Amino acid sequence: MLESLQTKFGDVFRGLSGRGRISEENIREAMRDVRTALLEADVNVKVVKDFTDKVQEKAIGQEVIRSLKPAELMVKIVYDELVELMGPVDTQIYYVQPPPTVIMMCGLQGSGKTTTCGKLAKFLVGKGHHPLLAAADLQRPAAVEQLRTLGEQVGVPVYTDDTKVAPHGQVQKGAAVAVCRAAIAQAKQTGRDVVILDTAGRLHIDDELMGELREINTQLKPHQVFLVLDAMSGQDAVNSAKAFNELLEVDGLILTKFDSDTRGGALLSAKLVTGKPVKFIGISEKPEGLEEFRPEGMAQRILGMGDIVGLVTEAMTKFDQDESARLQAKMEKGEFTLEDFMSQMGQVKKLGPMGKVMGMIPGMSQLTQQMNMQEGDVEKQMGRMRAIYDSMNRKERSKPDLLDGARRRRIARGAGVQHSEVSQFIKQFEMSRDMMRAVGGMGMMGKLKLMKHLMKGDLAGLGMPGGPMLKTKKSGYMEKKDRNKKKRR
Amino acid sequence: MSLFAKSFDRLKGALRKTRDILFTDVRTLFVPGRQINEQFLSELEERLLQADMGVGNTDRIIAEVRERWRLGKIRNADEARSVVREQMLSNWPPEARDLNFAPAGPTVILVAGVNGAGKTTSIAKLAWLLKEQMGKKVMLCASDTFRAGAVHQLSIWAERIGVEIVKHKQNADPAAVAYDACEAAKARGADVLIVDTAGRLPTQERLIRELVKIRDVCARRIEGAPHEALLVLDATTGQNAIQQAKVFGSAVAVTGIMLAKLDGTAKGGVVLAIRDQLKIPVKFMGLGETPEDIAPFDPQLYIKALFGEADLTEAMAR
Repeated sequence: MLESLQTKFGDVFRGLSGRGRISEENIREAMRDVRTALLEADVNVKVVKDFTDKVQEKAIGQEVIRSLKPAELMVKIVYDELVELMGPVDTQIYYVQPPPTVIMMCGLQGSGKTTTCGKLAKFLVGKGHHPLLAAADLQRPAAVEQLRTLGEQVGVPVYTDDTKVAPHGQVQKGAAVAVCRAAIAQAKQTGRDVVILDTAGRLHIDDELMGELREINTQLKPHQVFLVLDAMSGQDAVNSAKAFNELLEVDGLILTKFDSDTRGGALLSAKLVTGKPVKFIGISEKPEGLEEFRPEGMAQRILGMGDIVGLVTEAMTKFDQDESARLQAKMEKGEFTLEDFMSQMGQVKKLGPMGKVMGMIPGMSQLTQQMNMQEGDVEKQMGRMRAIYDSMNRKERSKPDLLDGARRRRIARGAGVQHSEVSQFIKQFEMSRDMMRAVGGMGMMGKLKLMKHLMKGDLAGLGMPGGPMLKTKKSGYMEKKDRNKKKRR
Repeated sequence: MSLFAKSFDRLKGALRKTRDILFTDVRTLFVPGRQINEQFLSELEERLLQADMGVGNTDRIIAEVRERWRLGKIRNADEARSVVREQMLSNWPPEARDLNFAPAGPTVILVAGVNGAGKTTSIAKLAWLLKEQMGKKVMLCASDTFRAGAVHQLSIWAERIGVEIVKHKQNADPAAVAYDACEAAKARGADVLIVDTAGRLPTQERLIRELVKIRDVCARRIEGAPHEALLVLDATTGQNAIQQAKVFGSAVAVTGIMLAKLDGTAKGGVVLAIRDQLKIPVKFMGLGETPEDIAPFDPQLYIKALFGEADLTEAMAR
């Protein structure tokens, strides 16, 4: 199922490389794959249709950039379009003067509103705010208690009123409004600058409860209304998102349970049907599991592919251009020192958590799973490498050949690592250096080929830590015959 | 049978609400006398996809309809509908959808699912059904010790329905609660013990292992337990439900699905793919927020619900 789209496109466009244009028929065929991928990711069928129509229009007749293959170009068009659809990015929360800013949460039952309230409170505290939680879910048994506990966990006060909790099977008119109103009053008195209203979950076709929401909305006029959406939602997400938005004029979306293995296509549907920005993504059950939304990762996740295009683009924007040019020059001369190695690694690190970077490379996400890597393992590894490097003196850094057994032992002691790890580190450096020499003279085509090797799971190739240490299947950086080919060129 | 008739009513009621909001109005799809053409087929396809049936199943069904139409065997929308129904029913062979009770001693029903699927509410429904409709002595086990307020929530339901509950404090070892509950069920002569568990995602291996541990504890305390392992599935869930069924299925050998929240506009068509691929039957449907809103799953009825009300009245007349 997680077959990468790129491979599928590759099949469609097989034998087409060399031609300057993609034919309409090719595109139509490729679009069928896109459609399937999107539908399997739970993007709404209507949204999918609009999307594929649009992409098809864009793709037809596009010149194939010389260095890219049609398949790669198609992926890029699809990807760019997806990212655009998910934008514009606006993760701001707009605060009002005088405080308190009132934020109202709404959503279906079980979408994760209460948990998200806790997370949002924690997030706001981290930003220097003083939120107050209001337990206005008076329907679900023990919802008030749940919020109270969450508030304790994140150290945020919770306004509750147990006398307002609805008796079994009834909706008490005005009770939720009263709770919210009292909470806002309390916030004013106690100097809390944000009030988060946790409302009862409801079906978008439940008139009575939807009426309650409207009442809160019209009487208390919350400054921001966030719709909480389960990442595992299916096709129906459009209907509920539409209904909530029509009733409450939603300001932003929060996607929850994104740490499941769902592709989360419902988000795209909800985004398009409401036209409202995605604010946050909820991951993990821990209070700190809330992240500001970034569309790039989402696009690749929805497509179920490693995002090689994204990796390259991101690399281009985040890599320090001067630094890269300097490295490039050194590479070409074949002077690549440990210092450069570390600097390069620092660059790679800027791309974000290694786990994420790896996930961008097709095939790698499965590989990391196979290797049973824990989040943060790679970072740990990098930290150790940094320690080893820091334990060397200047002379050793510029001339790694100096590093004999005695020096290695000293460094190991200094860095607090095993002797063998120092050797491994040096071996990695040497491999990286060899490769840099090989790559040095390459043009764009050669680099793309190199990317292919990377896709096969050959991490060491990027000069990244990991190849041998993480015990990937192939510890080498390039097959020998390929390397020879490069050299001949 | 009374339960059955009631579920018709409930489904019908749910559908009435649904009608106004549905993206595709089924009534315009199956207008009497409408001829099959490409436009019709693409509308039908959209309708099936909209119900979360998935690409594979939809393609298969549409291909079948198209083939028969091409061969001139069917011409109008009504005939197409019977083909679709027949195709879908072929995925749902007659099978045991009743609860499996222990020959002697307490029957243990383990209930699992992802966060927010509706486990606790579904347990309340199940408890109500077993107590009020089947006259069983029911006991609940609050093994969701993780989510804040979960134990309290289940206690409130236990009180409302009038069944016993075994609980520990929040953050207690859920397997330990299950252990105590099994002992209590035996000692107090309960007919059925329903074990509530914390919501967990298929990706959370540690929590999946915890679930296995709860099951193992039950198995050790009561012979043959759990006699049922029900997976609660939110009807609004998309294709991820297949993954859920796979992971929970292999972890605790799920014996049936409870399809919750069917009273919304979502239809949970993904259960068809689950039946196909994993052979897990749907046993119950949740049709509302009160404990009485539960019905045994009936494929005929369910498929009719997918296609709109006209079918239901026809079914009720029958």
